Amino acid sequence: MLGIIASLIDGVLVGLVYGLAAMGLTLIWGVMDVINLTHGTMIVGGMFALYLLATALGMPPYLTLPPVLIGGFVVGVALYWVAVHRMIGRPPLMSLLSTFAVNLMLIGIGTGLWGTALFNVSVSLPGLSIGRYTFPGAHILAAALAALIAGLLYLFLHKTRLGKALRAVANNREAAELVGIPTTKLLAIAVGCGVALAGVSGMLIGTLFPFTVLSGDGYQLKSFVVTVLGGFGNPVGALMGGVALGLLEGAVTPFVPVSWTLVIEFALFVLVLIAFPNGIFARRGAL
Amino acid sequence: MDSPITPQAMETVMIRRPSVRGAAIITRPFFWLITLVVAIFIVTPAIGNNVELRESLLLAAVYITLASNLNLMLGYAGYINFGSIVFFGLGGYICVWLVNSYDWPLWLALLAAGVGVSALSFIFGIGILRLRGPFFALSTIGIVEGVQAFVQNFTPWGGSSGIYISPAVFAPLGGPARALWVVYFALVAVMGLSLYLSYAIKTSKFGLGLLAIGQNEDAAAILGVPTPRYKALAYSASAFLPAIVGGLYFFKGAFIQPSDAFDLTLSTEAIVICMLGGQGTVTGVALGAYLYEELRGYLLTSETFSHFQLVVAGALLLLIVLFFPGGLMGFIYSRFPRTQRLLE
Repeated sequence: MLGIIASLIDGVLVGLVYGLAAMGLTLIWGVMDVINLTHGTMIVGGMFALYLLATALGMPPYLTLPPVLIGGFVVGVALYWVAVHRMIGRPPLMSLLSTFAVNLMLIGIGTGLWGTALFNVSVSLPGLSIGRYTFPGAHILAAALAALIAGLLYLFLHKTRLGKALRAVANNREAAELVGIPTTKLLAIAVGCGVALAGVSGMLIGTLFPFTVLSGDGYQLKSFVVTVLGGFGNPVGALMGGVALGLLEGAVTPFVPVSWTLVIEFALFVLVLIAFPNGIFARRGAL
Repeated sequence: MDSPITPQAMETVMIRRPSVRGAAIITRPFFWLITLVVAIFIVTPAIGNNVELRESLLLAAVYITLASNLNLMLGYAGYINFGSIVFFGLGGYICVWLVNSYDWPLWLALLAAGVGVSALSFIFGIGILRLRGPFFALSTIGIVEGVQAFVQNFTPWGGSSGIYISPAVFAPLGGPARALWVVYFALVAVMGLSLYLSYAIKTSKFGLGLLAIGQNEDAAAILGVPTPRYKALAYSASAFLPAIVGGLYFFKGAFIQPSDAFDLTLSTEAIVICMLGGQGTVTGVALGAYLYEELRGYLLTSETFSHFQLVVAGALLLLIVLFFPGGLMGFIYSRFPRTQRLLE
C-alpha cells in the first residue's frame, strides 16, 4: 500500500514536468490553432542541449536552464517564420504537414549526427527519505522548477502588457489587430514561448531519464494526452492534466509492463476526446 | 475550426462533379491508361529476365499502392493518416503468421490479411473518425504506438524478435527464384487494383461524397452525405490493399519484425508522395510514387545523402506544402487545362 502511495507521489512529481511540456503545445494551439508536430523533437532538443552543455562544456546541469530557454525561444521564432507563417488561415491539414516536414528534417539530422544511441546525464542530488521510501532529489527539483516556470508563465500571460496582448490575439485575432496589436509579431512570440517551454521540459526530463534522438515521439504523445485532459488552449489546465497523467502513470506502473503505459495513455486520449471534444477543462479563446 | 458554411462552399460541393459520371468504367480512356501502366510493369522486367529492374519496379509498385490508398483519406476526404503503415505491417504479420504456422496457401493468407485488417480498421475507424481534422491525425499517431506495443508483447508473433519463414513455404510456388517472380506479378496486380479502385471511387457517388467532406464537412452533412459512414468506409477501404501488399512484401523477405513492419519512414514517404504528385489525383500519386522511388534510389547511392534521406524527404514536403500545395498535377492542370479531362 505504501509502495503505491510512493509511486503516486513520484508520478505527480514527473507529471508536473509533463504538464510543463504540454503547456508549450497548448500555448501554440490556443493562440493560432496550429498543432506543432515538432514538439517531441523540441523536447529532445532540450535534452541534447543539456547533454552537450553539461558534458562537453562542464556546466552544472541546472544552470543550463537559462540558455535552453533562450535558445528554445530563438528556435521557435525561426520555426514560425519557416513553417507556420504561411499556413495561418489555411486548412489545419497544411500546418500539420508543414510542421511534420520540419520534424522529419530535424529527426533526420539528429539521427545522422548521433544515431539512436542512449544518452544519459547523471545528476547526483540527495533524495528525500520518508520511511522506507526515498524520493530522488532530481525528481523533486525538476518538479519544483517546472511549477516555478509554469507560475512565471501565468504571471507573464496575466500581468504583463505583452502577455495580455498575446491573450487578446488568442481570443480574437482580427479585433486585436484593430486595436493596434502587431499580431504577426505576437504569433511568432507565441511559437517561440511554446518551443522554449518544450525545450526546458526536455532539459528537465533529461535530468531524470536516459534519452535517444527518437525519444520525442513518446513525450509528444504524452503532451497530447495532457493537453486533451487539460483542455485545448488552456495552459493552467495543462499543468493539472500533467499531474493527472502523472497520477495515472504512478497508479499503473507497479502493475503493467512499461511498454503498455503508452498504449493505455493513448486509449485514454481517444476516449477523452470522444467524450469531451474540447478537453475536460475547456476554456477556449481566453488562454 | 472549419470555415463557416458559406453559399459559395455549398456551391463548390454541389458542382464539383466528375466529368464522366454514368458511362461504363471500361469505355473510359483513363481506365485503359491504368491498364497500359500495369502492362508495362509486367512486360519490361520479364523481357530478358531483368532482376535488377524488377526489384526497382517492385518498390515503385509498393509505393504506388501505399500512396494511392492513403490518397483515399488524404486527398479525397481531407483526413491525414500518419499511421497508414499499420495496415502494411499488420497485413504482413497476419500473412506471414498464417503461412508459416498454419501452412495456409499464400493467396488465402493474403486474402485473410486484407479482410482482417480492413475489418479491424472499420471498427477502429468508427471510433476515431468521430474526431475531426487534426484530432484524427493525432490519434493515428497513437494507433501506431498502440499496435506496435501490442505486437511487441504478442508471443505467437515472436514478440520483438519477429517471425522467420522457413524456405519450405516457397516450394508450392516452384522454389525461391520463381516465387520472387510470382510475388512481383502479384504486387503489380495489387498496384493495378489500387489504381482502378482510386479511379472507381473518384467517379462514384461515394467518391463525390468524400470529396465533399474534404471541401467542407458541415456543408456535406447538411446536403445529405452520411459523413461518419463514408469516412469509416474510406478508412477501411484504404486498409485492404496495403495489408495485402504488406503480406507479399514480408513473404518475399521471409522475415518480419516490429521495427521493419511498423517503420514510420514508409508511411511518411507515402504522405510525401501524395503531396508531391498532387493530393486527390490518381495520376499524380502514381507519378509521384515513381519519381520518389527514382529520387530515393539516387539518394541511397550518393555518398552525401545516404544518411540524410529523411532530411531530403522532409525538405521536399515542406517546399511542396509551402509553395506548391497542388503538387505536380496541380502544376500540370494549371499549365494545360485540357489534361483535366483525361487525367484524373
